Order: sequence, then C-alpha cells, then structure tokens
Amino acid sequence: MLVHLPILQVLVPLMAAPLCLVLNRSKMVWLFALFTSVLAFLISCLLLQQVIDSGTITYELGGWDAPWGIEYRIDKLNAFLLLIITAISTVVLLAAQTSIKKEIPKDKQSLFYILFLLSLTGMLGIVATGDAFNVFVFLEISSLSAYALIALSRDRRALWASYQYLIMGTIGATFILIGIGLMYQMTGTLNMEDLSKRLPELEQTRTVFTAFAFVIVGVCLKLALFPLHLWLPNAYAYAPSIVTAFFAATATKVAIYLLIRFTYSVFGLSFSFTSLPLQIIFMILGLLGIFVASTAAIYQTNIKHLFAYSSIAQIGYMIVGFSISTVTGLTATLLHLFNHALMKGALFLALGAVMYRIGGVQISQFQGIGKQMPLTMAAIVIGGLSLIGVPLTVGFVSKWYLLVALIESDLWLIAVLVLLGSLLAVIYVWRVVEIAYFRPVLLGGETVKEAPLSFLFPIWILVFANIYFGIDTRLSVQVAEAAAQSLFGISGSGVSL
Amino acid sequence: MLMGLYNYWVVVVLMMIGFYIVIAHGNLIKKIVGLTIFQTSVFIFYISMAKVKDGTAPILEQGTELYSNPLPHVLILTAIVVGIATTAVGLALTVRIKEAYGSIEESDIQSQDNLIQEAHTQDAQSQVTRSQVT
Repeated sequence: MLVHLPILQVLVPLMAAPLCLVLNRSKMVWLFALFTSVLAFLISCLLLQQVIDSGTITYELGGWDAPWGIEYRIDKLNAFLLLIITAISTVVLLAAQTSIKKEIPKDKQSLFYILFLLSLTGMLGIVATGDAFNVFVFLEISSLSAYALIALSRDRRALWASYQYLIMGTIGATFILIGIGLMYQMTGTLNMEDLSKRLPELEQTRTVFTAFAFVIVGVCLKLALFPLHLWLPNAYAYAPSIVTAFFAATATKVAIYLLIRFTYSVFGLSFSFTSLPLQIIFMILGLLGIFVASTAAIYQTNIKHLFAYSSIAQIGYMIVGFSISTVTGLTATLLHLFNHALMKGALFLALGAVMYRIGGVQISQFQGIGKQMPLTMAAIVIGGLSLIGVPLTVGFVSKWYLLVALIESDLWLIAVLVLLGSLLAVIYVWRVVEIAYFRPVLLGGETVKEAPLSFLFPIWILVFANIYFGIDTRLSVQVAEAAAQSLFGISGSGVSL
Repeated sequence: MLMGLYNYWVVVVLMMIGFYIVIAHGNLIKKIVGLTIFQTSVFIFYISMAKVKDGTAPILEQGTELYSNPLPHVLILTAIVVGIATTAVGLALTVRIKEAYGSIEESDIQSQDNLIQEAHTQDAQSQVTRSQVT
C-alpha cells in the first residue's frame, strides 16, 4: 500500500470526482469531497515523511521502466507542494458548504464539488508526475475545471472573466505543448529525469533554445507573471469565494513549481541562467510586478480585486527570489510559496465570509464591519499584516530570507526596492482596515452578524498557521531549504533529483 | 530546403493565422476558431516529427525493420481530446455570455462591464461622503 502512495495521491481525488454524481445530495457530496481531501492530505503527509526519511520516491506506472513508461517522482520539492495543495484544499472545503449555498445555484452545488476535486487532481498530478507530457495533460485537467468553476458564479462578469482565462490559459498550455514537442524531437524522451541528462549535450542548438522559450513563456502565462497577468484579477474577483480562496492559494503556486522544475531540473541551472539572460529578465519583471500590481491594488474598489492584484505582487517576490539563483534565494521563493498560500487562503476565505453576510465585497460595504464581524475582520487584519511582512507572521519569515538572499548576492538596490514594495502593501491593507474599523456602520446594515462557525473555524486555522509558522519556522524552513539544496545538487551532478 | 521542411512551414503559417485570429478578432466564436487552428497546428507539428524516413506504419510485420515513431501519434490523440474539451467549454461559455450580455462581441461586453464598474465607484464615493456627513 505504502509503495503506491504516489499514484494514490492523484487517483483518490480523480476517482472520487465521478462518485460524487452518485451521491447527488449536496450535503452528502460535501462530506464525501471533504473526506477525499482529508485522505489526500494524509497521503501527502506520509509522502513527505517518506521523502525526508529515505529520499526520492519513484513509481513506475503499470510497471513500465522509467524512460519508456510514465514515472511519478516525488522528491522534497514535490512532497512540499503536495502538502501545501492538499492542506489548503481541505481547509477551504470546510467552509465550502456554507459559502456556496449563497453563491451557487442549488442545482449546480454538487457539480461544484466534482469540478473542485478534478481541479485538485490536476494540480496534484502536475506536481507528482515526472513526465513532461503528463504535465500538460494534468495542466489542462486542472485548468478546464478551473474555467468551469469560475463560471459557476452568479455574477455574469464571471463568465467573461472565465472566457478570458480560457483563451489565455489555452495559449499558455499550448505553448508548453510546443516546447515539450521540441524537446522530444531533440532527445526522444519525455521523462524529465532523462531529459535533464540528454539536454546538456544539445544545449547550443537552436531547437533547444526555442523549446526553452516556449515552455518558459507558457508557464509564465499560467503563473501570471507581470505582463502576462491580465487574466488573473477578474477571474479571482468574480469567481465564487471558495474557488478564489482555493486558486489564489494553490494554482499559481503550481505554475511556479513548474517554472522551478523546468529551469532547475529539466534544462539545468547552467543552461537556464548562464546561456540566457534569464536572471536579469526575471529580476526586472518580478520587481515591475511588485510595484505595478501593488499600486493597482491601492486603487481598487472591490476588495477581491485588491487582493488579487496583491497576489500578482506576491508572485513578483517569488520571482525575484527565483531570479537570484542561489540556494538562499530559492529557499525564499519556496518559503514564500508556502506562506503566501496560508495568507491568501485566510484572506480570501475571510472575504468569503463577508460575502456570505453582506452579499458583496465593495469597499463601501466594509464600513463599520470591524465591530459587526470582529473575528472575520481580525483575520483580515492578521492576514494583511502577514502580507506586509510584519514580524511574528509568516510574511516576515519569507521576506527576511529574500532580503538575506539579496544581500548575500550584493544586490542592495534590489533589497531596498523589495522593502519599498512592502510599504505599498501597508497602504492597501490600511485602506481596508480604515474603512472597516473607523467608519460608522452603513445605513440599514446594523443587522449584520458575525460569520457562522463553519466559516470562522477554517479561517482561523489558517490565521493560526500564519502566526505559528511565523514563530516556529522549523518545518517550513527546513523543508524549503532541503528542497532548494537538492535542486542545486542536481544541476551540479546531473544525476538524481 | 524549403520543400524539405514543407510540413513545418504549414505548421508555422497555421500557428500564426490561429494566433492572429485569437488576438485580433473581437467576436468570441471567431476567437475560439482561431484557438482551434492554433492548437491544430501543434498537432500537425507532432505528427510530422514522428515520421521516420522510409519508415512504414508502426504495425509489427514480417520483413519490415523501419517504422515511424508511434509515440507522438498517441500523444496527439490525448492532445486532440484536450483540444475538444477546451473548445466545448469555450463554446458553452459563449452561449452563457450571449444569454447574460445579449452579445458575443468583446467590445460590447467590455463596455457593459465598465458601466457597472463606474456605477460601483460612484456608489462607493457617494456612500463614503454620506457617512462623513452623518
């Protein structure tokens, strides 16, 4: 049984999704989906434990040997990502039943869980697999269900947002497909491990450069790197709250994982960062993302829009860490990946609670809810502080590592810019706080009550995680550091992940 | 040179046509058509590269040694399925957009959305000033 964990990680939610159709009753489906997600979470815990104890796990599908058959490969980085995704999906599902009652038409509620599980399957598959073409297939599974999930919202603008996401997402995925095709043409293999061994010999051919360009641009579209981010704000703002919370915390993280996997493992560090000026390009785009998106966030009147733009800015931080291309820099990126999932999960769930009680998240509707929904607003404040990077929250830990990495590489100017970027976060978080706490309650809004327990419980799990991992950084830092080190290890020797 | 890479020229031309349609056209159906052409060009690319010179169809047979590579064909079967699913979702969304907005022109939809956005902004401002007065 333990041997089969890598495949079970993906199969459990995949098999559970159609079974939801049989159950039919919304509440039963919810419990079943929740159970599935918990099961996936336990599997990912076991996998992480196994990887830490005994190193990389490989699993050959159908017993076919690796370069011919599809191989699932779990190393520290994969296990870390699997843990983040399943943990967030479980916590988010806790609140799903209450939230979608108001946001999704009744006859579509059980369909929501099916799509949710399929999307989860896709993300887990992308992370677990060691086969380049498999990545594309799972990418499309998660994206197609994402489009449908966003379109489930009652707001008609969600349809348009979903359509735009579909166009951009499909272009991105097709780019990745072209890149994989070119790689296959040159090497005759799709296995990532095998690719990483064969590509160095062909490094200087134009085909490999083209393949690299297509894959990187495709992945950057998916992760909403600054100039390619246009699909994200509307998709996040108009999707049902639960969907936003889930995607904001996981979808872009999976894309960043792909970026790291392709640059560090498949193409190799020396190719990605020395043959091409990737370092400087990503550094500039990351910084631009931080400033442009943070500034845009300040001017939003829809709070979901505001935090969606903030997500783009936070991706900028991850990209800056990634572009330093040192162990500390990559550790900072991986840490921020984990931490940002906690922050945005908490924030968007809290916004879901506001949506549940008030029916909207326009900034004017936030007037005075600091008193009416104290626990929900407190969660938003702590999440916001974490976004800024105040000590004792997770945001501080990752920003600290990022600064250390920048200073280690003598990039003082960039370090100052990163700090300035955090100041912009102060402004947009303060706008929400000011309206919520220092303005009188809206006329006719006096009856608004605190969010129900089914919301508060998952929100506060994430908020406590925000504080806990801000103080006790052992688990997150150690795993991130080990994963970063192993990624640098392979580029040196080119042998094992 | 030119004729030897005939298939690849077709791929590039189709890819650019498809991509251009996606970017340049405001009609949602036309965008999906463009997207499909774009994806199809990639299918042709995969199938072209599977061809081995003088190789026959990959069916085990006495007397033949050289086969074309069957793997890209299989991969592309999967990619075609994905492409169909994407088209289906895209068309379904277009139907819903038509129902909700009464139009499938990008500019119409955008202007309708902008109206809502402006209304919200004005609403927000007026409410803030109102509460300051009170």
